[in-house]
Amino acid sequence: MARRQRAYDIRRQPGFGLIALFTFFALYLPIAALVAYSFNAADSLSRWDGLSLRWFISAWNNQAVQDASIRSLLLATWAATLATIAATMAALATTRTPNYPGLTFKYAFINQPLMVPEIVTGVALLIVFSRIKVWTGYTGMGYLILAHTAFCIPFAYLPIRARLESMDLTLERAAADLYATPWRAFWRVTLPLLRPAIIAGFMLAFVISLDDVVITEFVKSGGQDTLPTYMLGQLRRETSPEINAIATVFLALSVVLVTVFYFVNRRRP
Amino acid sequence: MPDQPGSNAIDVRSVRKVFGAGEYAVTALDTVSVSIRENEFFTLLGPSGCGKTTLLRLIAGFEYPSEGEILLYGKDIAGLPPHKRPVNTVFQSYALFPHMTVAENIAFGLEMLGRPKDEIKARVAEMLALVRMENLANRRTSQISGGQQQRVALARALAPQPKVLLLDEPLSALDYKLRKGMQIELKRLQHETGITFIFVTHDQEEALTMSDRIAVMTAGKILQVGSPRDIYDRPAERFVADFIGESNFLEAEVVSVENCRATVRLSSGAEISAAVPEGHSPSGRATIVVRPEHARIVPEGDGASLHGTVENVVYLGTDTHFHLRIDDGTLFVVRRQNSPDAAQGLAAGQRAGVAISADAAQLLRR
Ligand SMILES: Nc1ncnc2c1ncn2[C@@H]1O[C@H](COP(=O)(O)OP(=O)(O)O)[C@@H](O)[C@H]1O
Ligand SMILES: [Mg+2]
Repeated sequence: MARRQRAYDIRRQPGFGLIALFTFFALYLPIAALVAYSFNAADSLSRWDGLSLRWFISAWNNQAVQDASIRSLLLATWAATLATIAATMAALATTRTPNYPGLTFKYAFINQPLMVPEIVTGVALLIVFSRIKVWTGYTGMGYLILAHTAFCIPFAYLPIRARLESMDLTLERAAADLYATPWRAFWRVTLPLLRPAIIAGFMLAFVISLDDVVITEFVKSGGQDTLPTYMLGQLRRETSPEINAIATVFLALSVVLVTVFYFVNRRRP
Repeated sequence: MPDQPGSNAIDVRSVRKVFGAGEYAVTALDTVSVSIRENEFFTLLGPSGCGKTTLLRLIAGFEYPSEGEILLYGKDIAGLPPHKRPVNTVFQSYALFPHMTVAENIAFGLEMLGRPKDEIKARVAEMLALVRMENLANRRTSQISGGQQQRVALARALAPQPKVLLLDEPLSALDYKLRKGMQIELKRLQHETGITFIFVTHDQEEALTMSDRIAVMTAGKILQVGSPRDIYDRPAERFVADFIGESNFLEAEVVSVENCRATVRLSSGAEISAAVPEGHSPSGRATIVVRPEHARIVPEGDGASLHGTVENVVYLGTDTHFHLRIDDGTLFVVRRQNSPDAAQGLAAGQRAGVAISADAAQLLRR
């Protein structure tokens, strides 16, 4: 198929190249600096003492970093899993039922965490959870998992809903026509075709949970630091180049995830 | 011939289907009644948007009638969801499962019915042979051509041996040659399997060549049901005559009616006999339809029912069309099959008469 001719090429706009160059540097120069300094052998950010893996090793051996990393990964896994399940059900409910009044409201409701400032959600959760903590005496990871699940749902929901909307409804009709009960039609036809979107939604939710600072700060109890809140805490005291190393690892991880995300989404059944 | 109850595969009784409500309501089917006999190749023919797909979907169970009932072998199926109806569909878009192979697609219905593994295997092999796809059993459905996808869709729908097979414009996506081949193939499959086919098309030629009986639809209504011959030779309504084949319409005066025939007076004063649709008693003015091949050009006065001036002579290879302007101003087309010895010699501007073959004129209900 011939590519459609664009009516107007934005690249011909005067100054386009300059703006693009500026944006590119604004986005990536700090990151490049961070990565470079994570390999700095010196004790402080003001000096460059040559290349070294010193801070990576030191971070790796730091018990607090280890604990926070494991906590972050566990939290992200739980939150992303629960959010993906909820998002899948929400997406099915909003795309596989006839259009009805109130559907737009439901979209807004599901996407609410995207609109409300995180700080508001954080404070609100702090109030609610502190009451519940008093009543129940439970102070475990459940609160963090619940909070992360809630703000991860819209991110998991987006790719799943998009896929369901573009999916041909007649496939599910064909399954029903061939004697599949609604439940079996879901397992044999809808779910396999939805799998790439579910994986994409999960990974998106995972990254969002891994990255969160604001809500986690408000919800966590003592000794429940995730990697981001630990790093923030470290920065308040002294700037140890260890956190540069952690950030670089974080960056590598997200690059890997985004790459996988891209390939999973590209592979269409 | 009245249909005795119970001998029909499908009875559609006074079914209405309205989509939406209030000012957005669309009446897709307006009190449709039709009976489809067992082992019949039945075609729903009509222009796009006339309600053909809606009727199929009501039979399959994807939609429910707003009013009326649908019987399958005499039993009301209104309450049954699609997966409980022994009816299978060949979808217009084929709707093959993209994540399954050809063989897995064909096996799907049997699996859902819980048939034993070896029975499924044997039946899939049989179906693959029936549609001549044995060597592509393990292909993905995205790796086969449109015509092959069509045949997989057929095999998949036939595999569970449904009581009725519904086909929604299954050939419309195929190119001309493939479509011709598939028309014959479908007829053969219907014959070999003995399953009742309900076939939807907007292509009158396709309907005429394939069907045992045709229902002509427009605007949510069935206008006429009959064999291809009935529909073509004895159209009961103007829409049917217009939609199927080419027609000449003549205004006439009803002189007398006897049994199923009427004597009518044409504008030229000539009186001819015309067939009357069942249950219709015409009087006063009526419209008569005559097919172009049921009339002959004759010298003026020589037993001619109509007189006029030749406007155009169109040579079409196998046939020649003569366009005549009848003296009352209407255009009349006469088709003549060409043969080496056929006299030519008629040119635009000449006067000529038209003789209408006995039994060829049909009076229209509307
Ligand atoms: N789900 C639906 N909602 C609203 N209107 C519909 C729906 N399905 C069909 N219609 C309307 O009903 C009429 C008949 O449609 P359809 O049965 O698809 O016609 P056909 O198959 O003969 O082309 C059309 O006017 C169409 O717009
Ligand atoms: Mg249709």
